[in-house]
Amino acid sequence: MNGKYRILLPVLSLTVLLAAVFYLQPRAMSYFGLNLLFNLAVPIALATIAQMMIIMVNDIDLSVGTFVSFVACVTATFLNDAPLIGVAILLASILAYAAIGALIHIRQLPAIVVTLGMSFVWGGLAVLLLPSPGGAAPAWIRTVMTVKPPLVPMAVVACILIAGLTHLLIMRSSTGTLLRAVGGNAQAVARSGWSVTKLKAGAYALAGVFGVLAGVCLVGLTTSADANIALRYTLLSIAGVILGGGEFTGGRVSPVGAVLGALTLALAGSFLSFMRLSPDWQIGAQGAILILVLAVRLIFSRRGRKWKGAENG
Amino acid sequence: MNTKAKLLGAAALVAVTLPGHAVADTADKRIALSNNYAGNSWRQAMLESWAKVGDKAVEDGVVAAADAFTTSENQATEQAAQIQNMILQGYDAIVVNAASPTALNGAIKEACDAGITVVSFDGIVTEPCAWRIAVDFKEMGRQQVEYLAGRLPDGGNLLEIRGLAGVFVDDEIHAGIEEGVAEFPKFKIVGSVHGDWAQDVAQKAVAGVLPSLPEISGVVTQGGDGYGAAQAIKAAGRDMPIIVMGNRQDEMKWWAEARDENGYETLSLSIAPGVGTLALWVAQQVLDGAEVPKDLTVPFLKVTQDTLDETLAATPEGSVANVEYSQEDAKSVIAAAK
Repeated sequence: MNGKYRILLPVLSLTVLLAAVFYLQPRAMSYFGLNLLFNLAVPIALATIAQMMIIMVNDIDLSVGTFVSFVACVTATFLNDAPLIGVAILLASILAYAAIGALIHIRQLPAIVVTLGMSFVWGGLAVLLLPSPGGAAPAWIRTVMTVKPPLVPMAVVACILIAGLTHLLIMRSSTGTLLRAVGGNAQAVARSGWSVTKLKAGAYALAGVFGVLAGVCLVGLTTSADANIALRYTLLSIAGVILGGGEFTGGRVSPVGAVLGALTLALAGSFLSFMRLSPDWQIGAQGAILILVLAVRLIFSRRGRKWKGAENG
Repeated sequence: MNTKAKLLGAAALVAVTLPGHAVADTADKRIALSNNYAGNSWRQAMLESWAKVGDKAVEDGVVAAADAFTTSENQATEQAAQIQNMILQGYDAIVVNAASPTALNGAIKEACDAGITVVSFDGIVTEPCAWRIAVDFKEMGRQQVEYLAGRLPDGGNLLEIRGLAGVFVDDEIHAGIEEGVAEFPKFKIVGSVHGDWAQDVAQKAVAGVLPSLPEISGVVTQGGDGYGAAQAIKAAGRDMPIIVMGNRQDEMKWWAEARDENGYETLSLSIAPGVGTLALWVAQQVLDGAEVPKDLTVPFLKVTQDTLDETLAATPEGSVANVEYSQEDAKSVIAAAK
C-alpha cells in the first residue's frame, strides 16, 4: 500500500463520520460545537502519536494509558505546586522511556511484555501521587487549552499543529527516515553504521515526549486528575495508529493519518451517542465501525497491489 | 375563535401568576442523565426509576425530555466527552452520576458556561458551579446507634460489621458509628469484622469472631451483611441481638419471618437507587428558578416495623428496597438544606 492510499482512507472515514454527525446534530457545525466535539480528542491524538513512535520501530506500547494518567497526576500536583520539581519528574519519565527502549533492544526483550509491566509501574506511581482524585491544573495550561483563536477553534488548530509538526519530523527529516528504517530493516541500519540501540531509545524518548504532552493537555481540559483518568488511551491509541493507515511492522506509519485516526475514534463515540444507541450496543458498534474501516482499507490495498502489478507486468 | 384565544390567554396568565405553580415554566426544558456505569443491581434499579419518573414527567408536561445516557466503559474521559455531547445536543440541565469527582470538572465547567444546570448525585463532582446531592454516610452510621439507644436504654455490647476495607464509604459509616457510640457511651463495640457488604463474607466473618465475644445486644452494619450475620449468630446458638438491616430483600425477608415467629423488631436503612429521580426534580426546580443551595443531602430510605410488609412486597428478589422521589420530596429536601 503506498503513501497516497494510506492517507486517503482516514480522510475519507473522518469526512463521512463528520458529515453524519453534522446531519444528526447541526449545532455541532459551529466554532463552539467543533471545539466541544474535538477538544478531548487532542490528548488522544497526542497519545496516538506516542504510540505511533513505538509501532514505527516494530514494537507496541501497552503502557501509554497508564503513562498518560501518571503524567496527568504529576501535572495536577507537582507541576502546579512546585513547577521545577514537576518538570524534573516529567523529564525523568521521558528518560525512563528512552531507557526502556534501549533495554528492549539490547536484551532483545518482547516490547509487549516490558511495556505491560511498565503499565503497572506507572499506574502504581500515579496512585501514590494521587491516592484520591484531585489536584489542580496549572493556570498556564488551562489558558492554553481554553484559548479561543479567531475563526478556527483551539481543538482543530492543535490537531493541525500536531499533525504538521510530526509529519515534518518523521516523514521529512533525516532522523525520521532513520527511525522509520529501524522498523523497516534494523539490520541494514546497523550495517550502515548507525546505532540501533540509540535510535530505538530515541523513538521511545519521542513517545515519552508525546505521552507527557498528552497528559498535560488532558489535565488542561479536565482541570484536575485521577489515577485512572486515561486508561482507555492504550487501546484507543493503537486503534488510532492502525485506522490512520499505520501497520504493525515495517516502519510504515503516517503521522497525519494517526491524528485523523484519533479524531475518527473520538468522533465515533459522539456519533453513536447522537444516534441514541443503547450503551449495551455502543462498544459493539464502536468495534463494528473499526472493522468496517479496516475492511475498506484491505480492499484499497488489494487494488493498489493489483494496479502496481499491472504496471510492472 | 378570537374569544376562545383570549380566554385561553387569560387562563395561561392566571396559571403563570399563580404562586407555586411550577409546571408552566419548565415545560420546554430538556434534562439529560449522564451515567457512568450500569453493571450492578443498584444502578439498574436507578436507571429504571429514572425512566419511570422521567417518562411520567414528560407525559405530564413538566419537562420536555428526560433522556438517560450511560457510557459504555466506566471511564472519566469517556464521560467527559459524553457531557460535551450533551451540551451540543442543547439540553437545559444535565444530571450526573460521575465516574470521578474531579476528572469531569472541565466538561462540567463548559456546560455551566453554556448556561446549563448541572446536578451531580451519588458520584458527585467538586466543580463549584454544579449542584451536589451527597449521601451522608456518617449520619447513616450514627443513626443506627441512636436507634439502638432508643431500644436499649441500658446500653450493651455491640458487634460492628464493616464494609470493604480502604473504601471511602466504609470509613465514613464507621466514623459515624464511632460518633454514635461517643454520643451514647453506654454502648461498647466489642468486636469488628469486615463483611464486604456481602452476605456470605459477613456470615463467615461473624461466625469466626463470635466465640471470642461476650453477650451481644446489638449489631451495627453497613447494608448487605445483616442476613449473613443473623445466620451466623443463629448457627452459634446465641440469643438474637438487634441487627440493624440495610434494605436488601433477603434481609427484610428474614426480618419478616423472625417477626412472625417471635415478634423480632429492628430498623433497616440505606440509600434508595431512586435518588436519581430526586436529582431530576432538583434540576427541574433549579430550571424553574427556585433558589437551591449547592449542597444537598440525600434522605435515607428507612424501613421500620410498620412499613416492612409493604416494602418487602415491592422489592424484587435479590434487589434493594427502592423509592421514587416526587417534586414535593425535592422541595422539602431543598427547604431542609436552606
